Amino acid sequence: MNQALEKYFVPEPSKYPIFGSLALLLFGAGAVMWLHRVGPGPLVFFAGVALLIYMLFGWFGQVVRESESGKYGKQVDRSFRWSMGWFIFSEVMFFAAFFAALFYVRVLSVPWLGSGENEALLWQGFASEWPTAGPRADESFTPIGAWGIPALNTLILLSSGATITWAHYGLLKDDRRQLRNGLMMTIALGVIFLSLQAYEYFHAYRDLNLRLDTGIFGSTFFMLTGFHGLHVTIGAIMLTVMLFRVLAGHFRPDHHFAFEATAWYWHFVDVVWLILFVVVYWL
Amino acid sequence: MRFPARLAASASLFAVAHGVSAQSRFNLQPPITEVGERIYDLHTLMLVICLVIFVVVFGAMFWAVFHHRKSRGVAAAHFHENTAVEIVWTIIPFLILMGMAWPATKAIIEMKDTSEPDLTIKATGYQWKWGYDYLQGEGEGIRYLSSLATPRAQIDGREAKGEHYLLEVDHPLVVPVGKKVRLLTTANDVIHAWWVPALGVKQDAIPGFIRDAWFRAEREGVYRGVCAELCGRDHGFMPIEVHVVSEQAYGEWVGKQLAARAEQAADEMREWTAEQLVERGETVYGTHCVACHQADGKGVPPAFPPLDGSAVVRGEHGPLLDTVLNGRSGTAMAAFGAQLSDSDIAAVTSYVRNAWSNAVGDVVRPADVAEAR
Amino acid sequence: MAAVTPDRLHGHHHGPTGLMRWITTTNHKDIGTMYLIFSFVMFLAGGVMALAIRVELFQPGLQTFEPDFFNQLTSLHGLVMVFGAIMPAFVGFANWQIPLMIGARDMAFARMNNWSFWLLPPAAILLVGSFFVPGGAAAAGWTLYPPLSVQMGMGMDMAIFAIHIMGVSSIMGAINIVVTILNMRAPGMTMMKMPLFCWTWLITAYLLIAVMPVLAGAVTMILTDRHFGTSFFNAAGGGDPVLFQHIFWFFGHPEVYILILPAFGIISQIIPTFARKPLFGYASMVYATASIAILSFMVWAHHMFTTGMPTVAQLYFMYATMLIAVPTGVKVFNWVATMWRGSMTFETPMLWATGFIFVFTMGGFTGLILAIAPIDIQIHDTYYVIAHFHYVMVAGSLFALFAGTYYWLPKWTGRMPDERLGRLHFWSSMIFFNITFFPMHFLGLAGMPRRVPDYALQFADFNALASIGAFGFGLSQLILLWVIVKAVRGEGEQASARAWEGAGGLEWTVPSPAPHHTFEEAPEYRG
Ligand code: HEA
Ligand code: HEA
Ligand code: HEC
Ligand code: CUA
Ligand SMILES: [Cu+2]
Repeated sequence: MNQALEKYFVPEPSKYPIFGSLALLLFGAGAVMWLHRVGPGPLVFFAGVALLIYMLFGWFGQVVRESESGKYGKQVDRSFRWSMGWFIFSEVMFFAAFFAALFYVRVLSVPWLGSGENEALLWQGFASEWPTAGPRADESFTPIGAWGIPALNTLILLSSGATITWAHYGLLKDDRRQLRNGLMMTIALGVIFLSLQAYEYFHAYRDLNLRLDTGIFGSTFFMLTGFHGLHVTIGAIMLTVMLFRVLAGHFRPDHHFAFEATAWYWHFVDVVWLILFVVVYWL
Repeated sequence: MRFPARLAASASLFAVAHGVSAQSRFNLQPPITEVGERIYDLHTLMLVICLVIFVVVFGAMFWAVFHHRKSRGVAAAHFHENTAVEIVWTIIPFLILMGMAWPATKAIIEMKDTSEPDLTIKATGYQWKWGYDYLQGEGEGIRYLSSLATPRAQIDGREAKGEHYLLEVDHPLVVPVGKKVRLLTTANDVIHAWWVPALGVKQDAIPGFIRDAWFRAEREGVYRGVCAELCGRDHGFMPIEVHVVSEQAYGEWVGKQLAARAEQAADEMREWTAEQLVERGETVYGTHCVACHQADGKGVPPAFPPLDGSAVVRGEHGPLLDTVLNGRSGTAMAAFGAQLSDSDIAAVTSYVRNAWSNAVGDVVRPADVAEAR
Repeated sequence: MAAVTPDRLHGHHHGPTGLMRWITTTNHKDIGTMYLIFSFVMFLAGGVMALAIRVELFQPGLQTFEPDFFNQLTSLHGLVMVFGAIMPAFVGFANWQIPLMIGARDMAFARMNNWSFWLLPPAAILLVGSFFVPGGAAAAGWTLYPPLSVQMGMGMDMAIFAIHIMGVSSIMGAINIVVTILNMRAPGMTMMKMPLFCWTWLITAYLLIAVMPVLAGAVTMILTDRHFGTSFFNAAGGGDPVLFQHIFWFFGHPEVYILILPAFGIISQIIPTFARKPLFGYASMVYATASIAILSFMVWAHHMFTTGMPTVAQLYFMYATMLIAVPTGVKVFNWVATMWRGSMTFETPMLWATGFIFVFTMGGFTGLILAIAPIDIQIHDTYYVIAHFHYVMVAGSLFALFAGTYYWLPKWTGRMPDERLGRLHFWSSMIFFNITFFPMHFLGLAGMPRRVPDYALQFADFNALASIGAFGFGLSQLILLWVIVKAVRGEGEQASARAWEGAGGLEWTVPSPAPHHTFEEAPEYRG
């Protein structure tokens, strides 16, 4: 029944969307050119990226201004909640595709390849063990064990989930110091996580002979952890923006959905990691 | 109105389905296997049930359309719910579906039973031809390639099209009548599908995996099919021709094939002169390479590179043989090592090195190929 | 119901004018209009490709196009029609109608709404532009099966990025619709009083959010298999080409219901209006829609019966697929029951709606026949499948879009559609549609495979017939263009607010054409 009380905010015409569209056009076209070595591919690609960054900053900047000037009532706030929830659900489904691929190869196709007529007629001598780089692999590789850095990383991400919640409590009871410190700790943990992941990648390429093109193991390993890492990066950027907004005095105990959305996103990234840890590193 | 007309059309379709048992233009091809029979009958059954439901539902709808019109002065009723009716028309379709599922289940179980075959043949899909390997049973050891036999001129309309336009091959698959044939399918490059309607078999051929299907042809004759999965440019031009022959004729055919193989093996041993190699190479090129690289060696850039003037072709033997034997992964350039004999590969590489403006002058020997494998 | 703001009176419309108005707009009606225009343009583009296909198939032999170009036409025809024409058209309807139907000022995220639309032209540029790059467009079919799609040239990468961009657009659009429906209904507009069109779109939007990311993942794997050495779909590296098919159809089957559920919604609005009788079984319609959506996630492998799945999988997917006939049947029966003892008139929208039920059901029945795995193994990848899905997508989705266009045209333009032209459009489309696609059932049964530029001689007559029909059908669409242009130019009878005698619902309480801003103050709904 809020409709009767307040008018739903409808933004003015905006130039940002068209920049976003142009950005993605340049991004896509540039990537295609780059992949096929025609024309100034990288240039076009990075022009797209730059435009996208400009657009995101401009757009979100405007949203922040609108929010801080009190244009968003309760109903708009509810809209944001619904939308963030469903956005995260769409991300879940994106990861689901890659997890499904992993389950499929581990449970079905790799065992198929190494048994019965597939083995007898096509891939003689292929024993379907996991991890594998497939029947045509000519070099061996070592997977990354679960109980070294990955376990440490699990701990780090779990603690970062705790620190962001702690920060949120700070915000709720209007303790800005706790809010700020909690955020900074979360960001720091995120950065440490990413650094460790980067080191692991480096280690895998240099010492373990484990690369993106190391058969199906390399494919699933790097695509899953890579997309996860990308999401951690995005999450860390979002957290950093939140930190700056906190420093600029934004958010009130009863009005801070941007912060909450970031926290939701961070928890989502966290949960994805837990699944990753179990099915990619551990089992 | 149109509805009775449609009904009449459907009814006549149905009459046609049953009246004409020879090749019908309106219905499934007449099957020659038990599974094919089952499929045919299942389809007829489904068609009849669907038509009956269709007539009932649209009988009601068109009744309303004609009678419950404002122009007839009808005032609208106001009902908009009736739980009993709604339950009924949820349950009845469900029961009908169960009735359909029963024979379908039996058919699937029968189709999947590939055990205890008399003959096992592997069909391998290549872009764009089929390779057959007789793996087990009478004729074991026979293997050959089977590609479109329709002349190019007919396709381009420079010649009248023959009776079996696009459905004829150079070396058909030959199987004995009344024997259970287990067909393994796989592919070399992309997914193909081995489909002969009269046998009731359609099975995808998936690169890197073996799949199977079976048939027991009950009538002698020639049965034709096509590759049913989009596999690139000449997907429409890789037919299948199956000759179902008497057991005796099959035995003779096997004898001939095995003799020919022995001769071929001798061929491998013999010494080739450079001219013979190039000459033979031209034939091999004409069957296996022209589709992409074209007769003039100019290819169809950028999809298919020219061989005329190609550095790889003119360079060392090593990279050239590697390309032809192992293909280029991720491109249409297939691995020909599995399809062609040493002498054929020696011949075709010798040919391309000396054809068009490529005048390298040397030839590649079968022994070089054997070594490069 | 003080629904209208006086804003039209002092005629103000802040903000940019001219082209910039359309580029920057945050108004759901402007955006809806752009979606509709875009989708019509893409329909023509996809239609021209279809006609090119039909030209090559008019006779056996290769006459007009190279086989490779033919495959490009087929692939892009499918992609353009599905992603460029039908989906955006329904989003256009959603943009125009949902706020009007539930009494909202605008969409929940008006600015993001603009972006959802403006992502489409770049995607279309990448997709259609790929015809002009070296190597041409993607030629692996709209289903993009690897390893064939791994072999393609740069056109494939353009298609992949186009799909990514369209996916982003669809997900944002879908979130917008979900939030608008859940959060912006006028007081009194409870969920179970909502017009059915909103319900079907709500459920469609959930489907979109759930499956578009999966498609994005699938094409991303193709991209990395193509360029970065991964082995998802390559057995030599331990992957499996069939894996792609599972992921694709996990998207693909819900996708086909994304294309039909909003159509069901439109039909469920139109039939009661012209039967002058409330929709029969409203609640069961809602439940049926939801059941179709849920079932749609569990049936994907009916597109893969010939890949050689284990027997149990074959059986499971067959049974699950057959089940969808039950809720779909409920819908058909409810429509017929709504017509039953109504007081019907057959203006153009009702003609289309009635025609829809008739021809769509034929497509549904052929779907059911395809669901029977043994039969499907025989006719998979033949023209029988082509016939099936053009009956459900052209005679289903597209005809419902036509029905909706005639129905709401008065609300959009303020003019009643030309009844004479509308009838002509309907009858000629209906007849030519059947001339084009009915013979394809026979072709498929008799053994003509799909995606071929050339065929054996016994298929010649029906192909010639289908090609003639296709041109007739294509030309018939010019009538629609004419009807719309007439209405937009203000020719024809002025429409009243209610426009159709039997129409009910909030959208008919605002004037025709709907003013630029509606429901600035939320109306009270007493439905
Ligand atoms: C709008 C899109 C749409 C819709 C609604 C449907 C609806 C259905 N489809 Fe279809 N389908 C496609 C679009 C669609 N399809 C496309 C695009 C393809 C091909 C993709 C490609 O390969 O390129 C395809 C392919 C396809 C296949 C794979 C064919 C093959 O490639 O071999 C199958 C197999 O099961 C199938 C089944 C069904 C079924 C069972 C329904 C059901 O939903 C139909 C239910 C409706 C009814 C049954 C009629 C009404 C019901 C009654 C009147 C009740 C009483 C009835 C009974 C009890 C029988 N479809
Ligand atoms: C909803 C989507 C949709 C729609 C609306 C259509 C509409 C049409 N489609 Fe189809 N089609 C698909 C989705 C759709 N299609 C899909 C998904 C495939 C599978 C692709 C694949 O295998 O990968 C397919 C495949 C497909 C094939 C099989 C190709 C093959 O296997 O090689 C054929 C063949 O006839 C065909 C024909 C047509 C025709 C004649 C129309 C007509 O209805 C089009 C009518 C429209 C116009 C003609 C344009 C409008 C008019 C003008 C531009 C005016 C000018 C007109 C003239 C000068 C005459 N389509
Ligand atoms: C299905 C299409 C196809 C067929 C048939 C085919 N090729 Fe190729 N060929 C290609 C493609 C595509 C390439 C380019 C591969 C690449 O990009 O690395 C190629 C590349 C080559 C090259 C390397 C050319 C260069 O300059 O890099 C040689 C040599 C070659 N093919 C020889 C042959 C021979 C000999 C045959 C027949 C026995 C043959 N090809 C049959 C598609 C084909
Ligand atoms: Cu081989 Cu199609
Ligand atoms: Cu489906």
